[in-house]
Amino acid sequence: MRGQGPMSEDPMSAAASGPDVTSELLVVENLTVTLPTTRGPVAVVKDVSFTVGRNETVGIVGESGSGKSMTSLAIMGLLPRGALTTGSVRLDGVELLGLGDREMRRIRGAQASMIFQDPLSSLNPYYTVGLQIEEMYRAHLGGSRKEARKVAVEALERVGIPEPERRTGHYPHQFSGGQRQRIMIAMALVCSPGLLIADEPTTALDVTVQAQILRLLADLQRQTRTGMVFITHDLAVISSIATRVLVMCRGEQVEYGTAEQVFSAPEHAYTRRLLESIPRITDDLSADEVVL
Amino acid sequence: MARYLAGRITGLVLILFLVCLFTYLIFFKLSPDPALMICGKTCTPERVTQIRTVLGIDKPFLTQFWDFLSGLFAGRDYGSGTNLVHCPAPCLGYSFQTNQSVWQMVLDRLPVTATLAIGAATLWLLAGITMGLLSAVKEGTWWDRSAMNLALGGASIPNYVLALALQYVLVVKLQILPFPSSVAFTDAPWLWFQSYLMPWIVLATGAACLYARLTRANVIDTLAENFFRTARSKGLAPVLTMRRHALRPALTPIVTIFGMDFAALLGGALITETVFGLNGIGKMAADSIAKNDQPVIMAVTLLAAFFVVVGNVVVDLVYTALDPRVRIR
Amino acid sequence: MTTAFTHDAQAGTSAGAPGASITPGRRILGALRHDRAALLSASFLALMVLMALCAPLISALTGQGPTQFDMAAIDVDAGGLPKGAFGGISAEHPFGVEPLNGRDILARIAYGARVSFLIAASATVLTTLLGVVLGMVAGFYGGWVDQVVSRVMDFLMAFPALIFMIAILSSLPTGNRSLLLVAVISLFGWPYLARVVRGQTLTLLNRDFVEAARASGASRRDLVFKEILPNLRSSLIVMTTLAVPGYIGTEAGLSFLGVGVSPPTPSWGQMIANSVTWYAVDPLYFAIPGLFLFLTVLSLTVLGDRVRAATDAGEAA
Repeated sequence: MRGQGPMSEDPMSAAASGPDVTSELLVVENLTVTLPTTRGPVAVVKDVSFTVGRNETVGIVGESGSGKSMTSLAIMGLLPRGALTTGSVRLDGVELLGLGDREMRRIRGAQASMIFQDPLSSLNPYYTVGLQIEEMYRAHLGGSRKEARKVAVEALERVGIPEPERRTGHYPHQFSGGQRQRIMIAMALVCSPGLLIADEPTTALDVTVQAQILRLLADLQRQTRTGMVFITHDLAVISSIATRVLVMCRGEQVEYGTAEQVFSAPEHAYTRRLLESIPRITDDLSADEVVL
Repeated sequence: MARYLAGRITGLVLILFLVCLFTYLIFFKLSPDPALMICGKTCTPERVTQIRTVLGIDKPFLTQFWDFLSGLFAGRDYGSGTNLVHCPAPCLGYSFQTNQSVWQMVLDRLPVTATLAIGAATLWLLAGITMGLLSAVKEGTWWDRSAMNLALGGASIPNYVLALALQYVLVVKLQILPFPSSVAFTDAPWLWFQSYLMPWIVLATGAACLYARLTRANVIDTLAENFFRTARSKGLAPVLTMRRHALRPALTPIVTIFGMDFAALLGGALITETVFGLNGIGKMAADSIAKNDQPVIMAVTLLAAFFVVVGNVVVDLVYTALDPRVRIR
Repeated sequence: MTTAFTHDAQAGTSAGAPGASITPGRRILGALRHDRAALLSASFLALMVLMALCAPLISALTGQGPTQFDMAAIDVDAGGLPKGAFGGISAEHPFGVEPLNGRDILARIAYGARVSFLIAASATVLTTLLGVVLGMVAGFYGGWVDQVVSRVMDFLMAFPALIFMIAILSSLPTGNRSLLLVAVISLFGWPYLARVVRGQTLTLLNRDFVEAARASGASRRDLVFKEILPNLRSSLIVMTTLAVPGYIGTEAGLSFLGVGVSPPTPSWGQMIANSVTWYAVDPLYFAIPGLFLFLTVLSLTVLGDRVRAATDAGEAA
């Protein structure tokens, strides 16, 4: 684990600990998030550093409450009111921490977008999925309603929703769980952001649907050359999709390295326990399906 | 859709029928004989019998009830021969006290009650939702706490106490407002407005406070929704984020409650109208009860129930239009 | 595996619905103990109840009965207004006297509280009983029983209750008014509770622990008393505390309209109604019962609100 002083400005120090990544998209350094609670401020993310290259997937693994979701919200600037952030988050060389509301809004959705765990509650039940995709496109790239509608139809088609033309007029509850997550992905990618943060995107889905969504994410990432932060509590999922893995426990970064390193030679006792708790991924056929 | 509506209307008619039957039964069984009351002190048994025949209350209960129902839809005749009076549909009978057509009385009084209801509703929606929104946005602040405590207080004042207190302060002590009088808007618009102002405030206060608390709770819940987080992560303009992803979901359920409250108010604000001496449906109800004027009591009960059940159906229909998740089976 | 550090969800881990060690009643009391508004409301209500209980004692101390005329305290030349400033407040009459007949307002307030509280308490008990029993029966048995109960509830809720209460009370001039008031208030009050109880019973019946109890051959009585009723406790506490101020208000309103308890038995609503003709010249005659009524309803409302907040917080935890 690395423990340099706060606000380390040397980009190479982050890259040095990762695999051969030449072009850095996201650099997180010494990120610490403190939340106010009734018992005083509590640090929920402590001194976390990692790098995401273009067209790379970095997995963040940990149990619920390990601070992995808070890390992603800190990158997006979506932390709850009163949260304190220190360290550095750079996207395409631009420092995000301390950025004004207006500037941050321009980045959200356009350069970094996010998909969430529960697609049903993450989509607004009162509006058609078409409108929800269109409003995002128009917020960043402008254009008429007609153009936006065309883009929305294409976006739905790309994620494999049948009859996309007709389906843009439907509401979230009229889709299946897997389709809703596809819609979330279509929406997140509609402005072609450089970075996609997926926060437990498959946890709420059936096993077979999980596999489909993972395959879709991997395919899209390859086509669009999007950098991805994939957050999950499921090591089996991460092993199939991520090139680098960050393991978090109680807000701390306990392990960081290439997927190979972490899985074959875990340094930390916590990671070993996590690995042991997976029911034999290697010789279980059905698990193979999960892993793609 | 057609089948759903047919079902709802059947249910509606059934409930109204039961309300009629129940009310009629209670007054048929419990009330003192209206003929004796009309006849007055110098009364002969012949005169009583005559009055009973004219009123139609000498017949058995079911016949009377049937006459009442058929009168509603087809009109009915009172008396016979030269004394014959035809009451066209919808016939609610004639007041025992004034001999006026009850239907005409209702038509005369409804505008007052409607004015009262519309003014009060506008006031409480504006005040309640604004207060609730501000409190939700400033959750936990000094403003939020004081507004919500004020709302508890406002919801706890019985409206007649508020009415009398307002009248004492504004009319008697400060003399800002005149005593409410029933003037037409066309005759003296300013006096009309001043006369209605206090009743509006009295009716709106309690509801505004409830709506403020409701709005606040709904908005706070919506701001914690996952889809609101999604909206924020999309980088939409703040106005759009608030309007589509906070206000629309938070305020839609309030439509239901508002519809029901407004419908109930159309049935007459009995206490407020009585205290301020406004000649609306509510005062008509109070007066008719005090004088045991049975046809009028029947009419106001039926009218109030009508507004409530129709309001119920309208609200459900509006809600299906507003919330895409609700579909008519 | 190490236990997760739960700061993402500030509320902490959730306890299973059945078998929580602290009863909801005790948890709510614990939360209220640290709430200033709740404590203040509770103290005021305790004082009111004490006043109602000790009404004869208060009368004995001041030497003024609630129906006792005191012509010495009023000024016949001034049209029957109380002698002295502020509605005739004096050592003998701490809250002043009524115009015209000089009855002691303190005594009437104290005796009036008895009437109001007795009626509200009885109505609460009766509505709760009716609401729980009928709501549970409808939810538990379903089918035609549910249909009948639900239709009756629809009917009663569509009924213009206030008009009808007044009509029914005014056409029954004799008999025990208080009993009649309780009956009429409860008749129109229970559907609001029953609707909630019915819904919750239906939800509970589908929950795992009830199904497990069913599968293990629990009798109907056991299901109702051991599985369903205990889980309704929280919402019952909330619903009833929120309903009590409504009953106090309704009783006062009906008395204000002249169809409540009959004179000379004092009641707050009736006192307010009597003060209407005097409030311009003797505002305290109106203000004192008005204030008592307002503060009582407010205290009950605040208490109800805080109980609900405590219950919500408890359920979230």
